[in-house]
Amino acid sequence: MSDNIENTRNINDKKILTTPIFPEDIASLHIGDIIYLTGMLVTCRDDGHRRVIESDCMPNFNLSGMSILHAGPIIKATPSGFEMISIGPTTSRRMEMYEAEFIKRTGVKLIIGKGGMGAKTATACKQYKALHCVFPGGCAVSAATEVEEIVGVEWEDFGMPEAFWIMKVKEFGPLIVSIDTHGDNLFERNKAEFNIKKEEALKELLPFVHYSHN
Amino acid sequence: MAHVKNEITKSKLKTPKEQITDILSDLLKVTAIALPDDVFESLKKMQACEDSELSKELYSCIFDNLDKAEKLKRPLCQDTGVLQFFIKAGVRFPYLALLGDAIKDATQNATSSVPLRHNVVESFDERNTGNNIGTLAPWCEWEIIDGDGLEIDVYLAGGGCTLPGRSKVLMPLEGYEGVVKFVFDTIVEWGVNACPPLVVGVGIGTCATTASILSKKAILRKIGSSNPNPKAADMERRMKIGLDNIGIGPLGLKGKQSVQCVNIEYAAHHPATLGVGVTVGCWATRRGSINIKNDLSYEITSHKNKIN
Repeated sequence: MSDNIENTRNINDKKILTTPIFPEDIASLHIGDIIYLTGMLVTCRDDGHRRVIESDCMPNFNLSGMSILHAGPIIKATPSGFEMISIGPTTSRRMEMYEAEFIKRTGVKLIIGKGGMGAKTATACKQYKALHCVFPGGCAVSAATEVEEIVGVEWEDFGMPEAFWIMKVKEFGPLIVSIDTHGDNLFERNKAEFNIKKEEALKELLPFVHYSHN
Repeated sequence: MAHVKNEITKSKLKTPKEQITDILSDLLKVTAIALPDDVFESLKKMQACEDSELSKELYSCIFDNLDKAEKLKRPLCQDTGVLQFFIKAGVRFPYLALLGDAIKDATQNATSSVPLRHNVVESFDERNTGNNIGTLAPWCEWEIIDGDGLEIDVYLAGGGCTLPGRSKVLMPLEGYEGVVKFVFDTIVEWGVNACPPLVVGVGIGTCATTASILSKKAILRKIGSSNPNPKAADMERRMKIGLDNIGIGPLGLKGKQSVQCVNIEYAAHHPATLGVGVTVGCWATRRGSINIKNDLSYEITSHKNKIN
């Protein structure tokens, strides 16, 4: 059983989540909230999802209550270990076809990426009490400075971007909640609004682009 | 941030191929670490127009990251792309024969020295080559021009902003209205995830190929420039206003604007077809431009305000 106060702290108005994450730690969070993460964070993207789901193979790291980052970092191997050079989030939507099953099988509680995810992931977040958050895309050096240590690597055969890098992070963020445990989906909601505005913008614009010989 | 003007430099100790390799490695380094001047200025202007708390926070993250990347001399985004070179080669440039090899060597050097991410997966084997070299990678587009020098643009496009790219051949009766709809649909459906505010390149031509290559060339044109054809320039301006009115905002999280620019490039087209291509660049559109003279003196023209 987790201790809510211990795991979701507010320091100087910063809401910091620590791993392992328990359902009650994230139950009161809603889309649009900004949080930070302290603890363990592992990278997992296309190939990692494929291996977990298609090959039914788990990395040698228990993901239950943990957080994953959709990211392919730049890592420098040094005599004393690995150095994190640059690590921003990658497009989460690529993982949509496997994420719901991934959440179910691994028990992961926090998924960090960029851009939104779809209805299947939102349903899984509601059912299994997990969150999808976005880290500001492209801000990869800032993110690297929030990685305290690379503690290990799994599945290095995938190559640098796809390997499963196990990191210790401190106040990693800002993380904007994009799907919450109630199944609300910030990007899908925004997209519905964008589509309405798109039709309005086209209505205004199209009469001015009728180029013809007549 | 130090503002060092690029100096015209010339190394005399190395072979021409080694010199060109070094020059291109420098170009790759500055392109990975810092934004070109026009993109930086465009983001500054866009930041000033946004007033929501979330938009302000996101722009502050963006500029903080740019600052850290320059200070630590690291790639500002981890996704340094599969390198693409656009070469305008003067017919009398004396080292044309060795340029292709120098580009590969520079790619390999920069991969380990900057470092760049290992981003080349050999097709069908589906194995990462680990050095950013593979079949037809880096990708080179060649154009022959008059003169004895080189003009090279290098473009580092991450996967995120590459995903929305597409082209389609419309029937001419769909008209330019069809072109505009195709671009708007693509931006709203896919551009939201591609790290807005976006740089939007639109290509118009006969077929899927000409339209898509022209849309890529449109991305290479500076923000703030217009197509010389007044009709195309008007369409660029109106499309930008229209996309901004959708309010996609920084990183797709809503705001007053959506795009840094809409650039259109076109070719004349077949009477029975109207090809349209769209290519988008993310907020961190990283392109580097260099002019190399026949004596191998050079100037990086894209990053005049940045450390070289």
